[in-house]
Amino acid sequence: MDILSLFVIVPVLTILALVFTKDLKQARITAMIGSLVQLGMAIHLIFSYFEERAVNKSIMLFTQDRVWFEHFNIHFATGVDGISAALLLLTSIIVLAGVFISWKIDDLPKEFFISLLVLATGVYGFFISIDLFTMFVFYEIAVIPMYLLIGIWGSGPKEYSAMKLTLMLMGASAVLLVGILGIYFNSNANGGALTFNILEISKVYIPFVAQKLFFPLTFIGFAVLGALFPFHTWSPDGHASAPTAVSMLHAGVLMKLGGYGIFRIAMFLLPEGAKEWSWFFIILSAIGVIYGAFGALKQTDLKYINAYSSVSHLGMVLFALLMLNKTAWNGAILQSLSHGFMTALFFALIGMIYGRTHTRDITKLGGLLKVIPFISVINVIAGLASLGLPGFSGFVAEMNIFVGAFQHDELFYRVATIISVSAIVVTAVYILRVLGIMLMGPINNAEFLDLPKTTWYEITGILLLLIPMIGMGVAPLWLSDMIMASIQPFIKGVLKF
Amino acid sequence: MDITYIILIPLIPFSVFLLLGIFNQQIKPAISGYIGVIGLSISALLSYYAAYQYFFVYGKVDEVYQTFVKKTVWMNFTDTLHIDMGILVDPISVMMLVVVSTISLMVHIYSRGYMKGDDGYTKFFSFLSLFTFSMFGLVLATNLFQIYMFWELVGVSSYLLIGYYYTKTSAIAAAKKAFIVTRFADFGFLIGILIIGYYTGTFDFETLNNPEGSAILNWASTSYMGLSVITWALLLIFMGGAGKSAMFPLHIWLPDAMEGPTPVSALIHAATMVVAGVYLVARLFPMYYFVEDGFALKIVAYVGAFSSLFAAIIAVTQTDIKRVLAFSTMSQIGYMMLALGVSGYKGIEGVGYMASMFHLFTHAMFKALLFLCAGSVIHAVHSNYLKDMGGLRKYMPITNITFLIAALAISGVPPFAGFWSKDEILVAAFENNRLLYYVALFVAGLTAFYMFRLYFGIFWGKETKYEHIPHESPLSMTFPLLFLAFMSIVAGFVPFSELVTADKIGFEGHMDYPLAVVAVAIGLTGIIIAWLFYKKENDLAAIFSSFFGIFYKWTSNKFYFDEIYLFVTKKIIFDHVSTPIARFDKKYVDGTMEGIGNKTVLISNKIKGLQSGRLQDYAFFFVGGVVVLALVFIYIWTN
Amino acid sequence: MIAGISIYEILTLTSILFFIGIYGFITRKNLISILISIELILNASAINFVVINKYLYPEVLQGVFFSIFIIAVAAAETALAVAIIINLYRQISSVEVKDTEIMKY
Repeated sequence: MDILSLFVIVPVLTILALVFTKDLKQARITAMIGSLVQLGMAIHLIFSYFEERAVNKSIMLFTQDRVWFEHFNIHFATGVDGISAALLLLTSIIVLAGVFISWKIDDLPKEFFISLLVLATGVYGFFISIDLFTMFVFYEIAVIPMYLLIGIWGSGPKEYSAMKLTLMLMGASAVLLVGILGIYFNSNANGGALTFNILEISKVYIPFVAQKLFFPLTFIGFAVLGALFPFHTWSPDGHASAPTAVSMLHAGVLMKLGGYGIFRIAMFLLPEGAKEWSWFFIILSAIGVIYGAFGALKQTDLKYINAYSSVSHLGMVLFALLMLNKTAWNGAILQSLSHGFMTALFFALIGMIYGRTHTRDITKLGGLLKVIPFISVINVIAGLASLGLPGFSGFVAEMNIFVGAFQHDELFYRVATIISVSAIVVTAVYILRVLGIMLMGPINNAEFLDLPKTTWYEITGILLLLIPMIGMGVAPLWLSDMIMASIQPFIKGVLKF
Repeated sequence: MDITYIILIPLIPFSVFLLLGIFNQQIKPAISGYIGVIGLSISALLSYYAAYQYFFVYGKVDEVYQTFVKKTVWMNFTDTLHIDMGILVDPISVMMLVVVSTISLMVHIYSRGYMKGDDGYTKFFSFLSLFTFSMFGLVLATNLFQIYMFWELVGVSSYLLIGYYYTKTSAIAAAKKAFIVTRFADFGFLIGILIIGYYTGTFDFETLNNPEGSAILNWASTSYMGLSVITWALLLIFMGGAGKSAMFPLHIWLPDAMEGPTPVSALIHAATMVVAGVYLVARLFPMYYFVEDGFALKIVAYVGAFSSLFAAIIAVTQTDIKRVLAFSTMSQIGYMMLALGVSGYKGIEGVGYMASMFHLFTHAMFKALLFLCAGSVIHAVHSNYLKDMGGLRKYMPITNITFLIAALAISGVPPFAGFWSKDEILVAAFENNRLLYYVALFVAGLTAFYMFRLYFGIFWGKETKYEHIPHESPLSMTFPLLFLAFMSIVAGFVPFSELVTADKIGFEGHMDYPLAVVAVAIGLTGIIIAWLFYKKENDLAAIFSSFFGIFYKWTSNKFYFDEIYLFVTKKIIFDHVSTPIARFDKKYVDGTMEGIGNKTVLISNKIKGLQSGRLQDYAFFFVGGVVVLALVFIYIWTN
Repeated sequence: MIAGISIYEILTLTSILFFIGIYGFITRKNLISILISIELILNASAINFVVINKYLYPEVLQGVFFSIFIIAVAAAETALAVAIIINLYRQISSVEVKDTEIMKY
């Protein structure tokens, strides 16, 4: 059994074990053990990746290939590079944190954890695949449980939000499927067989006309998941209705699938198309960056604020990817990781605050720093990290993006960069506004004078997310070098044109 | 000369911060105060040792002060661009180390008395340590990005400390304002850094500042809107500096920042953080001076001069003693900027640069002293307003004397520290730009006037009846006052011209007697007017202010700058940008997506009538279809 | 083979019968009438089988067999349909087509 397939097998086994559990206690312990094993595997993977990388210079390591459906040349092909290894680690941490945050879920716990792990399976599978078709399948596996998770365990207008989210993502994946098939049917340009394997396709020159046609399809198909303006509207409603752990997982990991897919498929396989279209999508993503930040400025619901801030931050990821250079790409991947931790932490905190005060409206909250100091202090830290304070991961990622984007030779791109940089000011405004209203000031509601203390599982969940965030921010060198090295073969394809 | 130990200077406060921050609840207040003070004492001793070693032992090689750098790569951007973390030791960084550690130590000691009994005592000390760490890091930075990082960190420490009384709405607003205004300035700073990185390919100070280096020699290679891009970058970087140093028009946060505890105002908003902008310009001085013949430097000079005048005028009318001091700080920093702006580079021409650094040094001493005295007064009478004070000299002798020393120092009365540094600034201005010289001279007079207005208002003037009899502060608070008073007297005798100069070659300092006499005369005039107005309770001041009428009103409202900013942010950004965007998002973007969904439902509603479930309808359509098809085929076949 | 009557006449007759059945099937409101219409259709086709067999391929018997099949199937179908109709009548006390629409939900 190779170590990558285990990433799919372990969650499946956990799900099987969960089927036999009887109550919340057993379910959460099982889910926790499964996620812990997964985390251990992810850490192990990072170390073995470094070992293997030292001797093996190929693009993907630990590659495995099993025929799945011979007629169409579909394989279950797996392999990782530094980027997917890092994202796997991110996923496993967030899943574990999500399990801790849902420690006290009382409504259908078994089913909840099963859905959560199905989602996780999809994400893991997506990150380890190097076959377009299996990637697509795992992508769908990850999206579908969202409907159940939001529709059943959500709050507010949950059916509406779940429907909206699922429909928009499904619509996007329809577009994406066309793009993928377009790539597939052009993958025999040099006379070989049709193939879904990314590495194989990358050796083929796909005709320019096809690239130009299929790049936008593939890009938009993934970018909807990455909340590209104007396809972001599922995200605020979806996040607002989703239960805490699902918001964490969704914003923290699932939305990263968008950026990752663009990087791995759209940019890698269709570099010329990317070059051709980048100006157009740059405009959209730069609008998204600013627009999300301004959108967050006026909201009063904590989850909406965070959802809009995600639009802004992930707009940055797409923006950086479109800059088509090494530093910006590095920044995009780092931003994906950093935003994953940050936003998951935010959603966890929002969940805790909501669980105690039963409101997410910041105008009703106030002075929480006095009542629940631990959560509030972490909230301040997360807020500062989110506005790009040095010492946290956000700074590292953003600076890579800005410096990288600014290296572009054309003035248009540099101007777009300056516009995006201005988001750091607006971000500061909305973050400080929330902190000021929610945590500081007098306590304006007598009910909030005495709130429950934080529990060990909440603290564990928080620390799991906080530590990598600080680690990345204080000592980014190893991570950014690992990612940079993995980007190298990808950037070569783009630079050829 | 091993400079590795200098790394400990920032690291000690940092570990104190971690210790106090993480074990906030566990450590007893009394102990946390000691931990803070002891940690910083070690840092201070190391700083003094480093300064001694640098200036008198190994720093000078062939009459030139060398720059020592020790660094390690922190993150790689491209093959050439990377962020380094390290320490850079040269005259100004060592000088700043001394300033920061001295003031910070004094403030730590002072805070043990001032903050006694406060709920967040431990938290306060951990924030102070965080700030001190960031400031040390800023001072020792080896490249633009490192300075930017610590720049942000001091901004955040300032945010945390201004908002220290977090249950007070005004404090939160002030903290937020300070952070956002400086953040806006940092936006410019960051863009400046990006431009520098793109056009010169390096962030490193040593490479950038090398007068024979490519960064300086190739400034003319690309231009944009009539100016070299490097000049633009320098202007943007200065924008960052102006934000931090409260230069016009980015000064609005500084008066509000006085909501923080007074020791914080003394440390951050008087002596150290606010001079970071000056330090930044000084750090990049060769670039400012050589690129485009110092165009950017001229802007610095004019902005500095205008801010200095502007703030001095406002300071005259303020009634909150901390705000008077805040505007005075702004005015004095304007002075330093002015001095940098009129400075040359080589030898004696660089007197402005030297004067600026000199003034930074002396100003840190006496302005911190003024703030601490104000803190002592506020501690005693529980009010910030002049109207609640008067005749305090009888109750608080030490505060009285030390305040007087500081006021004399800032007014430029010999032999106090301010006299020496101010004189050098006036000399530099006189030789380079007469207009700026007269502005500076006028500001010197105003400074003396408002400072003694404050002094007489607090310690003399009307005999106020106090509810609680004010008493002198405890030793932990008076000791720093005495120490800083001592420094305010002797700091002027440090031979700065031999130690800190633009080209790092010392020159013989000299006294320009005619200019000095004029300056002192102006200062004394200001003091005398203040004496006439405020020594005894009389209505001279009221008559005088009514004489100025509308101008007085404008001034006491700070020229309505707060209102203008509020209008822009609240009315324009919030109401006319953010709200429409939120509405646009709901209505059009989301509306389109919803519309697609709703249209689908609508169409399906329309056509679902076909699937009625009535077998007979189906049969009808079936037969009808067959008939139509039959007709079509018959038509085709028969033709 | 019936003397004096050509295949065209018989086929015309069965066509008329068939379309009467179709018409009845589409327009009748009563389930029993619909059932009778179906019988008409089936009988029309059964006659067709026999006639075509007899007139065109007199040497084989498939058409005749098939008509017997149709009769058998029709009988079974009628039995089944009537059973359904009776059951339906018990449920909703009606054999009108429009009343059976609830079955689609």
